[in-house]
Amino acid sequence: MQRSYSETTLMRASWGPAEWAAFRRGLIKILVITNLTLGAYYLLWRGTVSLNWNAWLFALALFGAELYSYIGSFLFGLTVFRLRERGEPPPAPPGLRVDVFITCYNEPVELVRKTVRAAMAIRYPHQTYLLDDGNSPAMQAMAAEEGCGYIVRSAAWKGFDRHAKAGNLINALEQTTGDFVLVLDADQVPLPQFLDRTLGYFADPLVALVQTPQYFINVPPGDPFGSQAPLFYGPIQQGKDGWNAAFFCGSNAVLRREALARTGVRFFVYDVERRIRRALREADTVIRQAERRLTKADRRRIAPALRALRQAVAQARRELDRGDTFQEVTDRFQRRAEEAARMVVASDLRQIMADLADIQAAEAAEIMRALNDEALLAELAARDRSPLAAIETVRQLIPLLVNEAMDYLPISTISVTEDMSTSMRMHATGWRSVYHDEILAYGLAPEDLRSALQQRLRWAQGTIQVMLRENPLTLPGLSLGQRLAYFDTMWSYLSGVPTVIYLISPVLYLVFGLLPVNALSDEFFWRLVPYLAINQLLFAVISWGRPTWRGQQYSLALFPLWIKAVVTAAGNVWFGKKLGFIVTPKTRQAGRYFGLVRWQLLMMALLAVAVVVGLGQLAMGWRSDGLPVLVNVFWAVYDLVMLSVVIDAAMYQPAEEQ
Amino acid sequence: MTEEFIRGALMEITVSPAGERAAVVQLRGRLDLLVAAEVKQRLAQAVSEGFRLLVVDMGEVSFVDSSGLGALIGGLKAARLAGGDLRLANLGTQAQAILELTTLNRVLRPYPNVAEALRAE
Repeated sequence: MQRSYSETTLMRASWGPAEWAAFRRGLIKILVITNLTLGAYYLLWRGTVSLNWNAWLFALALFGAELYSYIGSFLFGLTVFRLRERGEPPPAPPGLRVDVFITCYNEPVELVRKTVRAAMAIRYPHQTYLLDDGNSPAMQAMAAEEGCGYIVRSAAWKGFDRHAKAGNLINALEQTTGDFVLVLDADQVPLPQFLDRTLGYFADPLVALVQTPQYFINVPPGDPFGSQAPLFYGPIQQGKDGWNAAFFCGSNAVLRREALARTGVRFFVYDVERRIRRALREADTVIRQAERRLTKADRRRIAPALRALRQAVAQARRELDRGDTFQEVTDRFQRRAEEAARMVVASDLRQIMADLADIQAAEAAEIMRALNDEALLAELAARDRSPLAAIETVRQLIPLLVNEAMDYLPISTISVTEDMSTSMRMHATGWRSVYHDEILAYGLAPEDLRSALQQRLRWAQGTIQVMLRENPLTLPGLSLGQRLAYFDTMWSYLSGVPTVIYLISPVLYLVFGLLPVNALSDEFFWRLVPYLAINQLLFAVISWGRPTWRGQQYSLALFPLWIKAVVTAAGNVWFGKKLGFIVTPKTRQAGRYFGLVRWQLLMMALLAVAVVVGLGQLAMGWRSDGLPVLVNVFWAVYDLVMLSVVIDAAMYQPAEEQ
Repeated sequence: MTEEFIRGALMEITVSPAGERAAVVQLRGRLDLLVAAEVKQRLAQAVSEGFRLLVVDMGEVSFVDSSGLGALIGGLKAARLAGGDLRLANLGTQAQAILELTTLNRVLRPYPNVAEALRAE
């Protein structure tokens, strides 16, 4: 009796995993709120009384960087506020029709063979397909040897944009009929229980996606390139999951085909509407341009026609808002535009109009083709034309839309990270996603710095493309939590410029004596130190034993890459420029990659000089600002430690090359 | 083999001329992912045979899924690119519902019957 009593109390007193998990989630909430409160307390003071207007540019830049970080903490805090740990998955219902897709593009055949074998060995009944975008005979032979399905692009793709991996998946979806699709990268080797552990979630008819972690087995000790993402495949995705915003990461995920198809149809309609609205906007520009160019002689004759045209545009917009069918809207617009044109086509002008018709038709077609290209569009709309030519351009603009309507695509093609974009569209269409935090596949990470950086650059570029093309803050259909959870990821990729400001700050003070704050008073410390301390504590609780140091180092140290990603993605979205790749370093020596990290090395040199100058001057008694120097030396050393990761990475050589 | 059998059993497609450049496409069965590729291909074929207006008679379609809608969009695109059109007629309740759910009815307005779809401007 007594023994069992003590056992009961012991059980009550000692916490099991569930209790600890609950404790941690509660602690995270408290820390998030404390962190944001302390941050606001600090930033209010920073923004009002502390700014040193004698160095206003620097002061404002640093304040801007701190504001950026605070917004980042807010979004991150919100994301992890509803951390969702799902634990054991529901059992997989029998009899589902599942396809396993292995996407490949010129990877070594024997490497892909391993994945193919493992995929075929998945226990739950399924069909395995190798999606070979490299169209290689050796790959095809291997698939045949292994008895695996083999899919290449159909003839329909000839002459069209192939859309890389997104296109590869779209093509395979067209040629297969499973209700569920497991997507695997060529180097992600799945475990036999993959489907048994994930299909159960689809018992909820609204679940469209189950994402599992990507874990890499070829990462050397110390993870020199920061390949593992234990914070992302863990607390971050779990946090997003809490807001029903866990997103698709391109591999190791199961998708519901009906959700892909329905989202594709929904966004086909959305795209058509978006194009009509853009065309209307361009029509407005063309008309306004023409009105400005009217000569006195033309005014009486042509101005009424232009006014009628402008009204037709406004009317079309109202009809779209009302929800009329696109055919109705465009037909009516066309009729009204023709009436407007007829107002000016007196007998003497008829011949001129006939001549114009062909030219303007070509021009209208050009505008329609440019509907996805903002820069070209603006240029075309602003082009010099006579008022008559303008009328004809507008008249021919809209009908073309319906002809050139885009295709229905089950995978988004607006970004090189089609995975994130597709899942955001699915969420906007009302589907649910699940993040299942269990490693069910073992992958291979890039083994040289160049490839590692290239991969990171592509993720960043793709994310920024989505932000610029379909911003989650404005995309219809998302909940507020989903908007912020997606935006959190995008915001984090904007850290390049703020990081440069942080890095340069100690240099500016120690070498040039520029101080962004009025004075390093007690108040500064009392406001900043608790904020930083809680921030670190929160991060530690969120990480909860997962190694996140490398990730922290890289998110700071890759600042040139983040800047490049934003610049190139913006250039791509706004000016139609190519995204570009990491260029092969010219200074590569014996497998070392210092050329790839030259900006980081330059920054480290500046920081080192700053530390020497600051401490040296202090030691020599040439300056008496001891406290500010020590504070800045502290930050400079911290920055140097963070940046030092790139030296290891640049010097790293895989074992077989050593 | 089984797949082919299932397809044959689930969907029957008949294309019959109706006027000079118009055709009525009668679908019978479930318009879903199992038959989507085939339907899309058959619609495109009708356009390449010279028909400009395709009226898809959905009267005998028992179920439509989103992949099925994708096939109809494919047919619509083929028709529009050839300067023609594709129209839906005789939709059942389920088809009507998924059309509205996806807002595809803003692109493909359903007509109450084949005659009206053929007649419309």
